[in-house]
Amino acid sequence: MARLKLFIPLIIFIALALLFFGVETRVSDGEYDPKELPSARIGKAFPDFALPGLLSGDTVTPSLFQGKVSIVNVWATWCPTCLYEHPFLVDLARRGEVSVFGINYKDSSDKARRWLLDKGNPFEVNIVDSAGKLGLDLGVTGAPETFVVDRQGVIHMRYQGGLDEAIWQARFVPLITRLKSEAGQ
Amino acid sequence: MRLVSHVLLLVLMLASHHAAAVVETYEFANAVDQRRYQALIEELRCPKCQNQNLAGSDAPIAEDLRNEVYRLINSGSSDQEILQYMLDRYGDFVLYRPRFTLETLALWLGPGVLVLLGLGIWWRLSRADSKALAAQSLSADEQKNLDDLLEQQGGD
Repeated sequence: MARLKLFIPLIIFIALALLFFGVETRVSDGEYDPKELPSARIGKAFPDFALPGLLSGDTVTPSLFQGKVSIVNVWATWCPTCLYEHPFLVDLARRGEVSVFGINYKDSSDKARRWLLDKGNPFEVNIVDSAGKLGLDLGVTGAPETFVVDRQGVIHMRYQGGLDEAIWQARFVPLITRLKSEAGQ
Repeated sequence: MRLVSHVLLLVLMLASHHAAAVVETYEFANAVDQRRYQALIEELRCPKCQNQNLAGSDAPIAEDLRNEVYRLINSGSSDQEILQYMLDRYGDFVLYRPRFTLETLALWLGPGVLVLLGLGIWWRLSRADSKALAAQSLSADEQKNLDDLLEQQGGD
């Protein structure tokens, strides 16, 4: 018994080493991000807004999201990660799995229009949020961020950072499949 | 002398986060609003940063939120309303003193539990020590033998 006690520090060391190794592996695999902030908006309706669309200039409101499962991507031309994820968004919109909306966040509308012309436009509608007020109401901390919104316009998820196929399959597809199956498509 | 320099170092370290505060020129109607603004941006945490308040951060989002605090103060919102406004958007993370809820229970009670655990271990160990001491003391016969031995030694 007394001899066994001598091993307690070693056992604690091994347990901690395994714990840290496990967490570190999950961080490097992208499964866990310690900097990720839980959104205060999950389970709540999309905040109200009445803002111009980027291309049409017509005023758009949250009624945009009614009746379809959609993702809302917060982006800007000044954001390098948005450039990285743009080809994926174009591809995603082409596949038609979900409706893709954009919020052009604290950006110049001229630059944004040129960007879409050059690189392709994955967005059904782009909401112009040049003052960042809608971003603030959404609890956005930067760009890019992507929200998943259900048919009733309720937010189910927020993802911070650039999207790619692996993240899409792992983090979005299960939720979107569930939302689509609820109350039929 | 060393003590003085250590104290000085400590004071400088404590003062440094004030020194790092961002300087912006907001005009306030009165000194009270100015102080409320200062207190709020000290209390609110920058949601983009891991450990900086709004007062100390250069992040664009911190600038936006400072601006928002300024706007809300000028529009007559109470401190409580401003904190709730931030809480609705950024969650408990935004408060350096989070509310006492089920989610933040571990945060509030964790340190106390650890102190109790430490005290418990300390108490157990000190009791074991005094037991060991008691076991080491001699019986009356043993003491007499020892005294005799010592006396013989002294007699030589």
